[in-house]
Amino acid sequence: MSIDTSKVATSNAGRAATAKKPSPIGAVATWADDRLGLATSQKKMVRKVFPEHWSFMLGEIALWSFVVLLLTGTFLTLWFNPSMGEVQYNGSYDQLRGIHMSEAYASSLTISFDVRGGLLMRQMHHWSAMLFIAAMMVHMMRVFFTGAHRKPREINWVIGCLLLLLGTLEGFTGYSLPDDLLSGTGIRAADGFMKSMPVVGTYMSFFLFGGEFPGELIIPRLYVVHILLIPGILLALVAAHMLLLVYHKHTQWPGPGRTEKNVVGYPLMPVYAAKAGGFFFIVFGVTALMGGLLSINPIWKYGPYDPSKVTAGSQPDWYMGWPDGALRIMPGWESNLGPFTLSWNVFLPIIVLPGLAFTILLLLPFLEQWITGDKREHHLLQRPRNAPTRTALFVALMTFYGLMWAAGGNDIIAINFDLSINQITYFMRAAVFIGPVIAFFITRRWCISLQRADNDRLLHGYETGIIMRSAEGGYTERHLPIDESQAFTLTSRDRDEAYSTNGHADANGVAAPGGRIRAARARLSAKWFGHNVQKPTKEEFEAGHVHAEHEHELQAGLDHPADGHQYDGHHTVEEDSLRGQ
Amino acid sequence: MSSHDEQALEPAGDRTPDTSEPIADPGLPAHQWRPTDVDERLEKRAERQVAALFALSGLCSVLFVVSYFAFEVGEVVTTVGGFGASNLALGLSLGGALLFGGVGAIHWALKLMGDHALVEMRHPVASSAEDREVTLGGFNTGLDESGIARRPLVRNSLLGALGVLALPVPIVLLRDLGPLPGDALKSTIWTRGMRVVRDVTGTPIRASDMQFGDLINAEPAAIFEVDEEGEPLIEGAELQTAKSKGAVILVRIEPDDIVPGEGREDWGVDGIVCYSKICTHVGCPISLYERTTHHVLCPCHQSTFDLADSAKVIFGPAARPLPQLPLEVDSEGYLVARSDFDEPVGPSFWERDSR
Amino acid sequence: MRFLNRSVNGWAGRVSRHRRGPVAGLMVLVTGLLLMGGLYTAFSPAQAQSEQTSDELVAQGRELFIVNCAFCHGQNGEGVRTIDGNQLGPSLVGVGAAAVHFQVGTGRMPAAQPGQQLPSKRPVFSEEEILQMAAYVASLGAGPAIPDESDYSLEGMSEEERQAAIARGGQIFLTNCTACHNFTGAGGAMPRGGYAPQILGVEPQYVYEAMLSGPQSMPTFSNGNLTPDEKRDVIAYLQSIEDNPKYGGFGMGGMGPVAEGMYAWIVGIGVLVGFAVWIAAHGARSTKQKVDA
Repeated sequence: MSIDTSKVATSNAGRAATAKKPSPIGAVATWADDRLGLATSQKKMVRKVFPEHWSFMLGEIALWSFVVLLLTGTFLTLWFNPSMGEVQYNGSYDQLRGIHMSEAYASSLTISFDVRGGLLMRQMHHWSAMLFIAAMMVHMMRVFFTGAHRKPREINWVIGCLLLLLGTLEGFTGYSLPDDLLSGTGIRAADGFMKSMPVVGTYMSFFLFGGEFPGELIIPRLYVVHILLIPGILLALVAAHMLLLVYHKHTQWPGPGRTEKNVVGYPLMPVYAAKAGGFFFIVFGVTALMGGLLSINPIWKYGPYDPSKVTAGSQPDWYMGWPDGALRIMPGWESNLGPFTLSWNVFLPIIVLPGLAFTILLLLPFLEQWITGDKREHHLLQRPRNAPTRTALFVALMTFYGLMWAAGGNDIIAINFDLSINQITYFMRAAVFIGPVIAFFITRRWCISLQRADNDRLLHGYETGIIMRSAEGGYTERHLPIDESQAFTLTSRDRDEAYSTNGHADANGVAAPGGRIRAARARLSAKWFGHNVQKPTKEEFEAGHVHAEHEHELQAGLDHPADGHQYDGHHTVEEDSLRGQ
Repeated sequence: MSSHDEQALEPAGDRTPDTSEPIADPGLPAHQWRPTDVDERLEKRAERQVAALFALSGLCSVLFVVSYFAFEVGEVVTTVGGFGASNLALGLSLGGALLFGGVGAIHWALKLMGDHALVEMRHPVASSAEDREVTLGGFNTGLDESGIARRPLVRNSLLGALGVLALPVPIVLLRDLGPLPGDALKSTIWTRGMRVVRDVTGTPIRASDMQFGDLINAEPAAIFEVDEEGEPLIEGAELQTAKSKGAVILVRIEPDDIVPGEGREDWGVDGIVCYSKICTHVGCPISLYERTTHHVLCPCHQSTFDLADSAKVIFGPAARPLPQLPLEVDSEGYLVARSDFDEPVGPSFWERDSR
Repeated sequence: MRFLNRSVNGWAGRVSRHRRGPVAGLMVLVTGLLLMGGLYTAFSPAQAQSEQTSDELVAQGRELFIVNCAFCHGQNGEGVRTIDGNQLGPSLVGVGAAAVHFQVGTGRMPAAQPGQQLPSKRPVFSEEEILQMAAYVASLGAGPAIPDESDYSLEGMSEEERQAAIARGGQIFLTNCTACHNFTGAGGAMPRGGYAPQILGVEPQYVYEAMLSGPQSMPTFSNGNLTPDEKRDVIAYLQSIEDNPKYGGFGMGGMGPVAEGMYAWIVGIGVLVGFAVWIAAHGARSTKQKVDA
C-alpha cells in the first residue's frame, strides 16, 4: 500500500466539519487574531505531526519537572528569608527552640512546620529537582544512543548539555539555601575547591563569600543566582531547545512508510495536547505523591550550619555525586612551586576533571562528525547496535560516571554492605580506568553480534521452533521469512562509509596540505567503523531468498501439516489439522 | 554467515545515495481500528472511565482543601500512624488530583481520540539558495551603506570603545564583592594563654578531667566570652568564621604510644594533644576518632590522620597533616594554648607557604 | 450458673435467655480471671532483683566469667595475647561494670570471634547474670559503674527545663556524636570495615554506658568530658527524636542524599518511564471494520 505524500493530511476524524453558530470563544479568538495574527502564525502548529515512541517522552519528564520547580519554587519564595542574620529560634520545632541560627534556616523551619502545605511544597521542590536532572540525563543518553545529536541537531545537543550543567548548579545553589548542616558542609567544601585553584583561588573565595568563610553574604547571593539568574538562562535555553525541535521536527524511528523526508505520527490537536498535557499532570502528580510519602532533606534533624559540626554520610545531592567520588579516590598529591602551593588533590578531580568531562560531552557530535566525515542530515534514528563504536564509547563514559558516582557513596556502601571504605577506595582507583575500557570492548562486541543476528533474520528468516529431521537423520530448524515491514525496518539504515583520503590530491598527484591529520582521521574513521556489520545488498538478499525457497522445496515433500505459522499469529489455525487426519 | 561481516566498506568517493536497497518501502501499514472505535458499548465504557477519572480528580481536589483545614501543623501536629497527617494527606490528595486528571486525559487520547497516523513532509532545514542570496545580499548592501569596510578609522575606534566598555567596566564594578584575602587565612583567633574550652557548654578543661581514650570537641575560649550585660562578644558571621578556623579536638593518648613531632615534644600535656578540627583537604570538621588506633577520619572524603604521630595523613585525599595547637597549663590548672597554630588551618591554598 | 447469668444479664442489658449456652457463666469467670491476672502482670512494678550481697554477686560473676569469658579475656581478666602478638581479648581491669553491662546486655559479648567489629546480637545472659558478671569485673579494678535511671531521666523537671535540656542535648549530640553516628543516629562507616552502629532505638541505659566506657574503637566520653547532665541531655534528645512523628513521610533509612538519589531514580524515573511506555503504547486492536466512514 503506497501513500500519496504530496498532500498533508488535514483530518483523522470520521465526520466532516460543519459550520457552527458564532460562539463567544470565536469572538475572543477573532479579537485576538485582529491584533496578533494568530491564525497565520499557528497555521502549521495546530495539526503538527509528532512521531510517537515512549523514548521520545523522556525529555518531557524534564520539561514538566522544570514547570513543577517553577511553581513550587515560587510558593517557597513567599516565606523564605535569604538572610544570614543571626536569630534565636522560637518556632514550633521544640528541639531547636532557643538555638541561634540564621534567618534563612529559621524561615525554612517555618515553612516546614508552620505553613500548611509548606513541607509538601519543599519536598516536592526537592524531588522534582532530582527528577529534572535525572530526566535530562536519561534523555541525553537516549538522544546519543539513537544518533539524534547528528546534523542538523548539534546545536540542540549543545543547548541540552548547557541545560544539564545549569540544572546541576541550580540544584546545588537550591539545596544550600536553607543553610543547614549538610548543605553548609557542602559550601565549606566548595570554598575549599575554590581555594585550591592556582593564583586566583583565595581571591575567588573572598569575593564570593564577601570575606572569609562563611561570611554573611553567601546565602543571599546564592538566592539571587537560584531564583533569578539561572532560571532566566534556563528558560531562555529551554525555549531555544523547543524552538529548534519544532523547526527541525522530531526525529523518528525507521519503519514502513517512514523516510528521511517525512514525519509519521499524530497531530498536536487533539492527540498530543492531551498526551503531553496529561503527562504534565502525571509528572506533577507523581512528584506530589513523593512529596507526601517520602521525607527528603529533613533539615530539622541536621540543625543549623556550624563549621565545627558535621554528620557521617555527608554527600552532595546525587547529581554532584560523581565529582565527589573523584575527590574521594584521588591520592593526596600536593606540590610546591617556590613559595606557592599547588593542591592537585583537590584541583584535578573537582575543577579539571568535570571541566574536561563537560567539554568532551559538548563536543561529542562534532568529534563524531570529524571521525566519520558524515555531513548528511539525519532525521531517522539509529538503533544503538547499528553504531557499535559510538554506543560503546558512551557506555564507557557512563561506566566511568557510574564508578565515580559509586565512589562518592563509599561510606554508605561500606556501612550497608559491611565493606571497608579503604578497600572500596583502592578498588575504585583502579576500576575507574579499567572499567570503562572493559565496558567499551564488551559493548562493541555485543552490538556487532546483535547486528549479525539482525542480518541472519533478514536473510534466513526467523526461527519457528519447528525442528525438521531429514532422511539422513540430520536435524535442522525451520526458518520462515520475516514480515515485510519488519524486514524493511531492519534495512532502513545507512551503510557505513569511512572517511578516506581519496580525492584530496590535485591533478599532479601532489597531496593537499594537512595530509598527516587527514591520514590520522582516515585511520580513526576506519577503526570507528571497523567491524561493523553492514546490511545485505540487494544481491545478497535475493540470494538469501533463493536459498530459502530451495530449503522449502526440500521440505515440501515431507508432508508436514505444520507450516510453522501456528503460533505466531500469521494466520488462524482453526482449519488446520495437526494430527494428519 | 561470516561472509556478510567481511563485506568491504564502501569507498567514500562522492557519497552517492545507495540505490541498491534490498527491500522497497512497503508504505504505512493499513490502519487498524481499536475496539472502542468499532464497538459502541466499549466506546461508552471508555467514556465513562474517562469521566470517572476526572471525577476522582475533582474529589481529590476537594479532599485537599478539606485536609488543609482539618489537619494541624505548628505547635500541635496532627499525626496518623506516626506520620505528620497534614503532609501525608495534602500530598496524597494533591497527587491523586493531578494523577487522575493526567491519567484521564491520556486514557481519553488512547481510547477515544482519533488515532489515524498522519504524514507530514519535512522541509529542508537549510534555507533555500534564493533566500540565502537575498538575505546575504541585503546584509552586504547594509554593510556597504554603512561604509564600515571603507572607514577603518571609524571601525577601529568603535571596536576600541566597545572593548574598553565591555571588559573593564563590569569587572571593576565587581571589585567590592569582597575584601582581598591578605593574611587573613594565615592566623586564627587562638593566642597565647587562651583557654581551651568544651564546645557548646564553654567550660574550661583540666588535664585531670580527661581519661585516656577521651575525645573532647573544643573551641577557643574567646567565642564564649560575654560582656557586662551577658551579651556575647563574638556572634553571627564573626562567630562562624572564628569557629571555622578555631575549632579543635583534644585527645588523651598513652604517652608511650605518642611519637612526638620534631620540636613538639612539649606541645602535649600528660598525653593530651590538641589538633585543629578542620580537615586540611577541603575544610570539613573531623571528629571520627578511633580510640584503639588513634586515627581520626574525616566523614566527607575519608582522609585519615594519625593523632599519635603529629596527625600525619595515612589514607585519603588530604595532603597535609592537621595543624597542632601547642598546649600548656595555666596557673589555675586549666589547659591553654601556648600560641596560635604554626601554620594556616584548613584547606590548602596558593599562597599557603609563602612567607 | 444462674447467679452469674443473671449478673451478666443485669450488666449487659437484657440478653435473651436462649442465647446463653450452658457454659457461658464459666467462660465469663475464666475470662475475668485471665483479664485480672494479665492486667496485674502488665501494670505491677517489676520484681526487685533477689537481693544478693555484693560478695555473692562477685562470686557468682566469677563463675560465669571463668566459663564464658576467660578464654579470650584471661582467668583474671588480664587479657590474652596470641603468639603473634595480636590481642585475643583486651584486659578488663578498670573497664568497670558499665562496660560489661553494655557489652553483654547488647549481645556483643560473648563475641562470635575476635575481629574487626562486634555487632550487637541477641543477648545470651539474663539481666541477673549480667549484673553478677559486671560486679566481678568491677572488682578487678575501679571503673565506671552501671548508671541507674535517675541518671538520665528528666523526671521532676519543668516543661521549660525539659525543653532546654532537649535542645542542649541536640547541640551536644550534633557536636560530639553525629560525625560517627550520623544526624539521625543511623550509624556511619569507620576505617577498615569498622562502623559506628545505629543508636536510634537503643535503650538509654546502653547509650549512657557506651559513652562512659567507649566500646571497641569508640572514644570515651567520661564524666570529665561530658558531665552526667550533658549525657542525660543527649539521651533526652535521642528519645525526643524517636518520639517525633515522621513529619515528611518515610525516612528511607536516614542515610541522607545517597538514599534520596536512589529513590529519585528507581521510584521517580522508574514510575515516570513506566507511564511514558503506557502513553505511547500501540494499544489493543480489533479486526473489525468501522461501519461509517
